[in-house]
Amino acid sequence: MNTVARRRRGGGGLLRVIVILIVLVVLAWLATHVFRGGGGDPSATAPPPTPEQVRQGEYLARIGDCAACHTVPGGKQFAGGLPIASPIGTIYTTNITPDPTTGSGDYTYGQFERAVRRGINAAGHTLYPAMPYPSYAHVSDQDIQALYAYFMHGVQPVQQANKAEDISWPLSMRWPLVYWRWLFAPKVAPVEGGGDPALAHGQYLVEGLGHCGACHTPRAFTLQEKALGPQDGSAYLSGGESDNWVAPSLRGELASGLGSVGEEELVELLKTGRNERSAVFGGMSDVIEHSTQYMSDEDLAAIAHFLKSLPAAREEAPLTYDPATRDALHGGNVSAPGAQLYVDNCATCHRTDGHGYGQVFPALAGNPVLNGPDPGSAIRLVLHGGTMPSGRDAPTQFSMPAFRERLTDQQVADVLSFVRASWGNRGGAVSAQQVARLRSLPPEGKTTMTGYDPRAQQP
Amino acid sequence: MTTRMKPVDAVIVGFGWTGAIHGLELANAGLNVLALERGAYRDTSPDFSYPHNADELAYGIRGELFQPLARETVTVRHALTDTAVPYRQYGSFLFGNNVGGAGIHWNGQHYRPSPEDLEFQSHISKRYGQKFMPADMQIQDYGVSYTELEPFLEQFEYLCGTSGRAGNLNGEIKDGGNPFEGPRQKDYPNPPVADTYGAKLFADAARALGMHPFPQPSDNASRPYTNPHGVRLGPCNLCGYCERFGCFMYSKASPQTTLLPVLMRKPNFALRTNSHVIKINLDSTGKRATGVTYIDAQGQQVEQPADLVIVSAFQMHNVRLMLLSGIGTPYDPATGKGVIGRNYAYQMMSSIGVFFDQDVAINPFIGGGSGGVQIVDDFNSDHFDHATHGFVGGAYIYGGQTGGRPIQQLIVPSGTPGWGAAWKKAAKENYLHATTVATHGSVMAYRDRYLDLDPTYKDAFGLPLLRITFDWHDNEYKMSQFVTDRAQEIVKQMKPKATSLTLRKPGDHYDIRQYQTTHTTGGVIQGASPETSALNRFQQSWDVHNLFVTGASAFPQNLGYNPTGLIGGLTYWSAKAIRETYLKNPGPLVQA
Repeated sequence: MNTVARRRRGGGGLLRVIVILIVLVVLAWLATHVFRGGGGDPSATAPPPTPEQVRQGEYLARIGDCAACHTVPGGKQFAGGLPIASPIGTIYTTNITPDPTTGSGDYTYGQFERAVRRGINAAGHTLYPAMPYPSYAHVSDQDIQALYAYFMHGVQPVQQANKAEDISWPLSMRWPLVYWRWLFAPKVAPVEGGGDPALAHGQYLVEGLGHCGACHTPRAFTLQEKALGPQDGSAYLSGGESDNWVAPSLRGELASGLGSVGEEELVELLKTGRNERSAVFGGMSDVIEHSTQYMSDEDLAAIAHFLKSLPAAREEAPLTYDPATRDALHGGNVSAPGAQLYVDNCATCHRTDGHGYGQVFPALAGNPVLNGPDPGSAIRLVLHGGTMPSGRDAPTQFSMPAFRERLTDQQVADVLSFVRASWGNRGGAVSAQQVARLRSLPPEGKTTMTGYDPRAQQP
Repeated sequence: MTTRMKPVDAVIVGFGWTGAIHGLELANAGLNVLALERGAYRDTSPDFSYPHNADELAYGIRGELFQPLARETVTVRHALTDTAVPYRQYGSFLFGNNVGGAGIHWNGQHYRPSPEDLEFQSHISKRYGQKFMPADMQIQDYGVSYTELEPFLEQFEYLCGTSGRAGNLNGEIKDGGNPFEGPRQKDYPNPPVADTYGAKLFADAARALGMHPFPQPSDNASRPYTNPHGVRLGPCNLCGYCERFGCFMYSKASPQTTLLPVLMRKPNFALRTNSHVIKINLDSTGKRATGVTYIDAQGQQVEQPADLVIVSAFQMHNVRLMLLSGIGTPYDPATGKGVIGRNYAYQMMSSIGVFFDQDVAINPFIGGGSGGVQIVDDFNSDHFDHATHGFVGGAYIYGGQTGGRPIQQLIVPSGTPGWGAAWKKAAKENYLHATTVATHGSVMAYRDRYLDLDPTYKDAFGLPLLRITFDWHDNEYKMSQFVTDRAQEIVKQMKPKATSLTLRKPGDHYDIRQYQTTHTTGGVIQGASPETSALNRFQQSWDVHNLFVTGASAFPQNLGYNPTGLIGGLTYWSAKAIRETYLKNPGPLVQA
């Protein structure tokens, strides 16, 4: 009896909680419909575009790297369909060609503006924040108009239906995203930079269309970027994560950031995907291939200038080259843990002095990627290899082989601990557990092929 | 049933060095270009990645980069009265396979011809008289002079990033280079690869004897290099896995490391792999090619129409395709008439193992395919007076090693058993104290040395195999003996404790099981007259004006150098004629 009574009483309490929750949820749902808002005017139209506007829009679409997500490798340009993994399931990018039935061909200027800068589509639904509208909120009216001109008149329409997201109910409900947007999306307003025009222009590109913070700024538990501009504090561009790659800090840290990288070196890296000391890998490869290699020298210089103006978020001592490892390896001394592995697997390209070969094999000595707290990118490179993107006037795509079948977790940890402690590097030790965690994470074992290899497009 | 594909402006048969060069030159001229390759696609990564590339058993012995002979090979006989039998195991020469062709597994020796090599018949008869040559020797001129070809030889060197030291810069003889080379307008794009120790010992000895050693011009880049197309090569690390292997350092010049990053991205260029061309098609007049027929991966026949046909397969495959297509008159050794299959030649080498005491330390595993080796060219081509010697041609002498791989490159002194305890002892004692000196010599063309279709043996598609009729002539035995004697003088000066010698002497037949060089030449030669050559000086068919045939099949006889430098130069020379003259007014570039 007692048991039953207690159960009934307990059941009554739970029911009350459920009812209250349902009421709250319904109210919350209603609220997102009552207070639709979001700003902008969906019915706004644009005057007929000029050819110059279409050209400028194409250039801006490159800066915004729209193709990286809205074009599937080997697929039709801007027809969408790229899967993007999110914590709640897979979403697919949409067709943004001007096809009137499956694309955005019937978008008014106002609808386009709201989608890009406010994250609200023509149907009034809030977009998943995989679309970096919190960054695009900073793009100027003039540039949005040029982008609209390009996407309506400069892009080939492609009839290709959008794919439904692969998210189970209740997480598939979109209306809670409205709250995310209310809470975290900034007001639509172009970046205000005073003083140095190059600095202001760089900030406009980095914060706005460039949306660098999407990967390079850390995110909160609720997935919003912790800072959307330098005014929000030193979290801005202080290092984030993307697709299991470590996106390093773009601030002035002397060891793990851009403190030791000159503006010209940065420009070269963004333009060609490589420079005398370094090379691009991981998620940044797409950015070089689709976006930064097309930027004007002036825009690239402005970006580098702005990034170099960001003070360090963490105090770090500068790295100075230490010849001890070079001398030991040169003299045949491989007694240091990991040294023999380094000589057998790495030294032929990266050399015993850790300097590599300019524009071919990156230097390990003094490389910020090896001097940050998180060795994740280096672990992934050793396990799965990597291929340089092609850049402007730099068509060669050098690859690093995958060592996952040759080296155990412990060996990868040993060789990386060696690399992170040699030639003056101070990255700290790597554990086998860290390697084991990353061994099977996607994109796991991606074949190291050039972009023009016909086999790269085959399933 | 034959499928008919959409016509293209130009079709390229075979996607190795010359196919890729023509591909980019013609695509840059605005043509819609299609390359057909019988093999598969492959590239530095992932196909030649370290450490998988350094597998001597897979690549050196089993020949994973070579064409499978079970599907198609050649047959061989020594004389007209013999019956030819198939070449079933790789020995004497190595057919490349897949994209890049033999440009993947070569060593990277990058020579120019000596000026007299290109006008060899005229030069020899002028200097020594027509009677100096035996009656059955039929050497010829290329129809293009060194001066005409020089800019194109340079163009190919700058494509590859050749590492070397000029010996003749605009007529000025430079110290440390090859004083016998023709004048070059520009120095090599890269400095020479550093000498291996064996090469240094060789060069010191040769210099002491008054000879003129110089670093071998090499397409193993001595430093990172960006070529005029913006394609960048890595530096050679002398890993010892070059010939027969793909290069994981991006430093050995190949289509993949010099051209494909630009060419493959061209929207007006397409590559179709697994497409084995079996015939060049002609129109009803027989004077114009209409395209080619190939067999695709599914075994289906496909017709590919094209306005321009470039045949750029390996030398022997070029000859066979011409014979299978019925273009040009097949060569007849009985009458000496006909041109397709005419003047087949190989090369002749000798080699000396040089063994030192324990106090001379040579790390043989440090070796580039071509870099790090020293050359003496004093006895090549017509660099010396042949009058008293009774032969024409010559050889360069090289000293040093290209690697110390255990199966194919481990040398032991003469008299050592081939296996067992005594071999092991000798191997252990000598491995770190030995180097090689060798001669690499020319072979002339002769009336009874030629290529035709085999009457018996067929390939996997039922088409007749190519038949080689070849053996040595006295001229070559004499040449090899003479230059080997000079090499022996250098070796003596190196003061070794022991040597071993491989030399082909009168009575020794050509042995196809032995590897010497892979350089086979002739069969679709270029020249001044349609009576004696298949191609005019621009490598255009005399008979079918929209057909060009590239590569060493165009060499009228075999020179003492490795052929690739000349092949590349002739290809650029031909491509320029097509771009600047032929396309404006398609027709014969030379009136017969």
